Amino acid sequence: MSLLEISGLSISYPGSAAVLDRLSFVIEKGESLGLVGESGSGKTQTALAIMGLLPTNARVAGGVVFDGTELLGQPERMLNLYRTRRMGIVFQDPMSALNPYVRIGAQLNRILLEHGLASDDEADSRSLEMLRLVGLPDVERQFRSYPHQLSGGMRQRVMIAAALIGKPDLLIADEPTTALDVTVQAQILGLLRGLRHEFNTALLLITHDLGVVAGNCERMIVLKDGKLIEEGMTPQIFAEPVHPVTRAMLAAARRSDFLARSHERTPKDQTPVLEIEGLAVSYAVPGERRSRKRLPAVQQLTMTIAPGETVALVGESGSGKTSLARAIVGLLPVQSGSMVLLGKPLTGRVESRPNALRRAVQMVFQDPVGSLNPAMRVDDIITEPLTVHEPDKIKANKDEVVAAMLRRVGLDDALKKRFPHELSGGQAQRVAIARALVLKPKILICDEAVAALDGSIRQDILELLRAEQQQSGLSLLFITHDLTTVRQISHRVLVMYLGRLCELADTESLFMRPKHPYTKALLDAVPIADPAIGIIVASDLGEAPSMLQPPSGCAFHPRCPYSISRCSEELPELQDFKKSSAACHRAAELAL
Amino acid sequence: MLRFALLRLLWAIPTLLLVIVLAFLMVHAAPGGPFDAERALPPEIEANIARAYHLDEALPQQFARYLGGVLRGDFGPSYRYRDYSVSELIGNAIPVSMKLGALAMALAVLVGISLGTLAALRQNSALDRLMMGLAMTGISIPVFVIAPLFILFFAVKLQWLPASWSGSTSAWRLLLPVVALALPQIAYIARLTRASMIEVLGSDFIRTARAQGLGTAAIIRYHAMKPAMLPVLSYMGPAIAAILTGSVVVEEIFGIPGVGQFFVRGALNRDYTLVLGIVIFYAALVILLNLIVDVLYGFLDPRIRHR
Repeated sequence: MSLLEISGLSISYPGSAAVLDRLSFVIEKGESLGLVGESGSGKTQTALAIMGLLPTNARVAGGVVFDGTELLGQPERMLNLYRTRRMGIVFQDPMSALNPYVRIGAQLNRILLEHGLASDDEADSRSLEMLRLVGLPDVERQFRSYPHQLSGGMRQRVMIAAALIGKPDLLIADEPTTALDVTVQAQILGLLRGLRHEFNTALLLITHDLGVVAGNCERMIVLKDGKLIEEGMTPQIFAEPVHPVTRAMLAAARRSDFLARSHERTPKDQTPVLEIEGLAVSYAVPGERRSRKRLPAVQQLTMTIAPGETVALVGESGSGKTSLARAIVGLLPVQSGSMVLLGKPLTGRVESRPNALRRAVQMVFQDPVGSLNPAMRVDDIITEPLTVHEPDKIKANKDEVVAAMLRRVGLDDALKKRFPHELSGGQAQRVAIARALVLKPKILICDEAVAALDGSIRQDILELLRAEQQQSGLSLLFITHDLTTVRQISHRVLVMYLGRLCELADTESLFMRPKHPYTKALLDAVPIADPAIGIIVASDLGEAPSMLQPPSGCAFHPRCPYSISRCSEELPELQDFKKSSAACHRAAELAL
Repeated sequence: MLRFALLRLLWAIPTLLLVIVLAFLMVHAAPGGPFDAERALPPEIEANIARAYHLDEALPQQFARYLGGVLRGDFGPSYRYRDYSVSELIGNAIPVSMKLGALAMALAVLVGISLGTLAALRQNSALDRLMMGLAMTGISIPVFVIAPLFILFFAVKLQWLPASWSGSTSAWRLLLPVVALALPQIAYIARLTRASMIEVLGSDFIRTARAQGLGTAAIIRYHAMKPAMLPVLSYMGPAIAAILTGSVVVEEIFGIPGVGQFFVRGALNRDYTLVLGIVIFYAALVILLNLIVDVLYGFLDPRIRHR
């Protein structure tokens, strides 16, 4: 008998098409199954149906048989006998999935007590043991902490501890690493692999990332619009995908050959549009106003962008990427250093800058719908910047401008009277791009602009940006944590760590011959969409240190496998190499 | 947290000072005085009285004298109850008023939260609709309508409970006034609890708790209650103020010799020192209780506490 048998599972909601259509699959004891699909394909609905957590207005048909017992339609009381003890689930966003008002320890203890898995006296020690097992450092302190005091990776470890505390037979992980940095993702996936074997737990791993499936699942199924379109052993599907959608997904995931843009005529020898030298940006620390202690978000940063060039800005969360972008557009005050835009000094906050310089730098943000005013229609959103910069022109021919901009970003003219919430994520991001481009900027800063979009839509947006660049010679500063995107769009890459530049290199050179150990670690952490290669076991980097107490010398040295005594004593200077420069004492001697 | 509390306590001083100034000016701007009568007094006597109560001094001088007294806890003599000082009158009336207010508040919080939680758990059921309908009625009917209706029904018709304070010595004589005072607050707190509980129950961490197989009782008690109570706690400040104002009406209607009744009598008798004293006392009380609410808020929400 299989551990879990899903047969003909259909889910629909009143007034909408079926979100899941007659889905059938099985999970055997101890096996790991990957469930792959883009957003809206019904992955999460499947997980919720298994756990009995669908909203009350969901209409469900079919069967979910767990170890011989039908779970669909069972009352909550009966399901609670299965939850925790037989199956557990890890959700995508550990910040919202953990109760912010209750201490970590109390949340774990409650599970044990409610299921009678421990007595009042034993609960603490059992929970602590579980937290140690998931690799939480300093467990006694974390036990008494609230979720907001932990980093994203640590919170996800706590979620995993909570899901496994009853030693279930099945663990469902719904996009467990999507909200995390790539280095942390590698650690969490490694942890799941280890624990699965230790507990002999079956794993249902839900993801949109084929790289994650390749290294972690023996078998996989692919969903598209609520229907199962492909099923089989992972290596086999990767080798010979049958369904065209699977083939397209695999091709997108493997597009490492897609574009080594360094081959293009490199525009970097021209006079730069933007020159930044020795830039420092810092924040006041809450509660430290008296001591004037400031959080250094960006330090000693020097870079240029040439006309028509794309520079990618890469680093873990907290590395200072967004702070740099905000300083450039004038949303954050500059502490020291200089910026020169189009030959003119760029100083002060955005309000005090001349109009010509303001319109030259525009931004596109991560959350496409959230960055558009919900009370405005598309045509007003797109032309709003012009009401400031070219009020006469826009009064006369608003319709023409709107039509032209919509065409330029590949949107139908019929969308112009819509509100943001009536647009899909991809459409909304195109509107945001149109709003930025309407001012004919010289530099477009994209802050994780495609991070929230699905694979194929992401490709479309990248394609749009590239076409725009080729036509108008626009420079792009592309902030991202996704190295696959970097490879597709950028000429040069700038890697930041704790506010400092570690490496600046041509894209190809960076991927082929990284010069900084941190760059190497980032590259290794990216899951590779090829089961034949399997998992490159990345060195466990641990957590990034706090910017408030940055390590001495090279900030990366505590996590660096190549560090020598000099690294902890002396701040490395940027050294120039053939196609890159890196701030590492050992950059010249190491072959990474 | 302690720093925050102390800072708030410091801020209370200018707030209270402002209240004193405004109340003092308003009372002095009011026409007529406690010693005006149908028949005008001879001017010599009037002058004597004015001198005795320092009413002949310039306004700033009077204010300085009054403020000096307040700082020493002396709210001056009552103009009408001539054998008593205002401080004595308030001091004597506090115990019964406190009992009334505290009981009404406790009843409102306890019943309001329970009903609200129940309604949230049975969202859109007949029970939920009935309770929310009643709550809306409770909010809409003012205390001065509810209280006489209570007396008419429970005291006059059914004769279960005494109609007024002096009509009995049993502890039950507090029941009607407490319920009348609490009723609108029960209704409001129930609606507030229901709304915030429904929002909390829809959050991701409650889904996690369900996925962990916790029962409804455990989910409410250990996961949902604390966050759902935050909006209710913020309402406590206004609720305290509402109970205080309500008690003025309720004490008058049920004939309870509390602070509120003295306030009404004071206003009617133009006993201005008494009115002024009670206003300042109430203001101080509201400020203090609001401070306590703010501190409690920090305890309930760890994210505020650790700031």
